[in-house]
Amino acid sequence: MAKKEILLYPDPRLKQISTNVEEFNEDLLSFIQDLDETMGEGPGAVGIAAPQIGKNIRVVIVDVSSRKKIKHHGHLILVNPEITEWEGLKVGREGCLSVPDFTGNVVRAECIALTAYDQHGEKLSFEMNGYEARAVQHELDHLDGLLFLDRLVSRRNDLFQRKNYK
Amino acid sequence: MQNWYMLTIIGEDEPGIVAKITQALFEANCHLGEASMIRLGCNFTIMLMLSTDSDRQSLENVLYPACDSMNLRFHLDEIEGKLHEHHIPDVHITVSGADRSGIVSQVTGALFNAGLDILDLASDVAGTKEKPIYIMQIEGIANQGIEKLHNAMTPLHSNGIDVQISSIDTLVG
Repeated sequence: MAKKEILLYPDPRLKQISTNVEEFNEDLLSFIQDLDETMGEGPGAVGIAAPQIGKNIRVVIVDVSSRKKIKHHGHLILVNPEITEWEGLKVGREGCLSVPDFTGNVVRAECIALTAYDQHGEKLSFEMNGYEARAVQHELDHLDGLLFLDRLVSRRNDLFQRKNYK
Repeated sequence: MQNWYMLTIIGEDEPGIVAKITQALFEANCHLGEASMIRLGCNFTIMLMLSTDSDRQSLENVLYPACDSMNLRFHLDEIEGKLHEHHIPDVHITVSGADRSGIVSQVTGALFNAGLDILDLASDVAGTKEKPIYIMQIEGIANQGIEKLHNAMTPLHSNGIDVQISSIDTLVG
């Protein structure tokens, strides 16, 4: 295992679309170990995606178990993940290991259904909501070359002023 | 870029102010840091960090004609740059109610005593001229916990002030 360097925006590799994993082998397991260790070194990180350490394959790790009083599925290794259902929208604050010293508001689906494979190629499916669903959506965006910067909404106006229509 | 300044500009709002001021600063080899521009009432306001190798007089010589042409007034303060030291808020507070004197001091005083460090505050007077309402949004750090803030705001409810307090749990991924 080895901690890898986290790519920082505006590194162009963060904007590339990642490809599906085709083979579940020792190389993949080794890479996932490195990814996991790198996430563990990140300050307060609850997820990481393969492109953040320079490999554009569809692998993410999400683990929100450190957060109190929320439902979660533990330590998730998600290979070739796909969100199959969305429901509800909610604004939440996000930051990113690849964008230090900045946080911003992002709208995400509140509930999602998800399919993926584990590191051994076993099929997985989840239904999740809230913080864990947000974390998964944040990480899956990385696989499509998107950062939370691409989805920022206003920090100031949660209450939107309306015009008077006569 | 040795010298950091906080540039404050105010005046009657019109389209193009930011573009014209920043173009003048760019042409004078100024480097811009963080900025906050907002329209307050019909007034243009901006606070803008900038660094420059030039002295204060040279900077003022750039700003006077740019601001005069749009009837703007400016003020310069020497500051420490200190970028890359953002604090992350953990609480968001919305305050609303019929507009009247003293809301801000009452609310922020109670929040301060309950341990709140304000990082961002914005307020609007909305509603109608006859029945104005006051809406204030605050983000900050609850140094003594959010429960303390809830307790501090409870007495204000009976004074017709609505306060919503919600935690901000920043996700880092």
